[in-house]
Amino acid sequence: MTVETHTPAPHGRDASDWLWYAGVPAAGGVLYLLYGQLIPFSEWVTSFFPVARDSHTGEAIAFFFYDVPKVLLLLTGIVFVVGVLRSWFSPEKTRAILAGRHHLWGYPLAALLGVLTPFCSCSSVPLFIGFVSAGIPLGVTFSFLIAGPMVGPVGLGLLYGLVGWQVATIYLVFGFTIATVAGFVLGRMGLERYLQDWVREMTAGPVGDLPEEHLTLVDRLKIGGEQVREIVGKVWIWVLFGIGIGAAIHGYVPEAMMLRIMGGEAWWSVPAAVVVGVPMYTNAAGVIPIVEALLGKGAALGTTLAFMMSVIALSLPEMVILKQVLTYRLIAIFIAVVSMGILATGFLFNFLM
Amino acid sequence: MKTVKVYGPGCKRCETTVAMVRDAAAKLGVAVDVEKVTDPKSIAMAGVMSTPGISVDGRLVHAGGLPEAARLETWLAD
Repeated sequence: MTVETHTPAPHGRDASDWLWYAGVPAAGGVLYLLYGQLIPFSEWVTSFFPVARDSHTGEAIAFFFYDVPKVLLLLTGIVFVVGVLRSWFSPEKTRAILAGRHHLWGYPLAALLGVLTPFCSCSSVPLFIGFVSAGIPLGVTFSFLIAGPMVGPVGLGLLYGLVGWQVATIYLVFGFTIATVAGFVLGRMGLERYLQDWVREMTAGPVGDLPEEHLTLVDRLKIGGEQVREIVGKVWIWVLFGIGIGAAIHGYVPEAMMLRIMGGEAWWSVPAAVVVGVPMYTNAAGVIPIVEALLGKGAALGTTLAFMMSVIALSLPEMVILKQVLTYRLIAIFIAVVSMGILATGFLFNFLM
Repeated sequence: MKTVKVYGPGCKRCETTVAMVRDAAAKLGVAVDVEKVTDPKSIAMAGVMSTPGISVDGRLVHAGGLPEAARLETWLAD
């Protein structure tokens, strides 16, 4: 691999650099201070509504105006930090690391890189082909593709902020395990023959050798800022939608009903959660407020985890994109294997709790 | 005349990239022929894994995310 050191235009530490060095910690401080004012803020807003504070509607409104600013603040902070961290990774570097890893630990490594590598679902087809044609085993590629959306840092951060570190840790460990094991199982099944013909026939494509980019710390901070603008700008509507539903559950759904439908006693609730969750398409930012409300009403942890995982990890639009490279049969096997992992996780936690 | 190819499945950022290439070329006074490559097979064959990707006269210069305007000009200039 040729490494052409790219010398950026000699911009020294000019004024705009210092703006970033001072601005980022200052913005962090402001976020922190605002974060401390969430309850007074939501109570203040709720007091303007002509409803009793302790009525169902009052509860729902307070929940909404507490969670919306909380989630948006958290999201801003997390997306920024992750954006900066991810500037050290790229699909090209990840491919170089994974190429030829047929060993067992290629799977967890791929899952880990799936979390750290920046890629948008619109480039998952070129990425998939790039991986497979470079000799990365199909199963390892699947571990990467499952882990990316499933254990997204945005989702983990929100889970940590809204539900607590225990559930966030469980989700992290099991999401990661499912990506690793499902990739391994899919790899063992010898599914190469179910790729679309033209993908199978593609021999190792030329590795696009890009000159290594030299990024300064300010460049990386700018990438983080850009990510905030892009991601928060895109998901805020999902956040409002998710919290709206969460607020409705919080205010109106009686606990007894929740226990009957999503409680640990109802064994069928786990598969039902997966069946409902797979076709649902929202992102982590939209589903986690709902998860918070469900757990608050006494839904079983396993059932809720299963619901959340199937919403986030398996989505129809993603399958439509993958259809370009996978046959229906392979897509069906892919969904089945990942769903099995999610079901197992759900049953395990309902059994343990 | 430079041949510039923009690789991407047709997302919004790919369109923006095409516009940026045209703008940069117009600013520099360089004649360019901009071609959009949207077929996943051709994208992969070019070695592009993160889109949008850009090649100038057959040489891949960028992959993943919007290009920086200043760097785009250096690619088109030389």
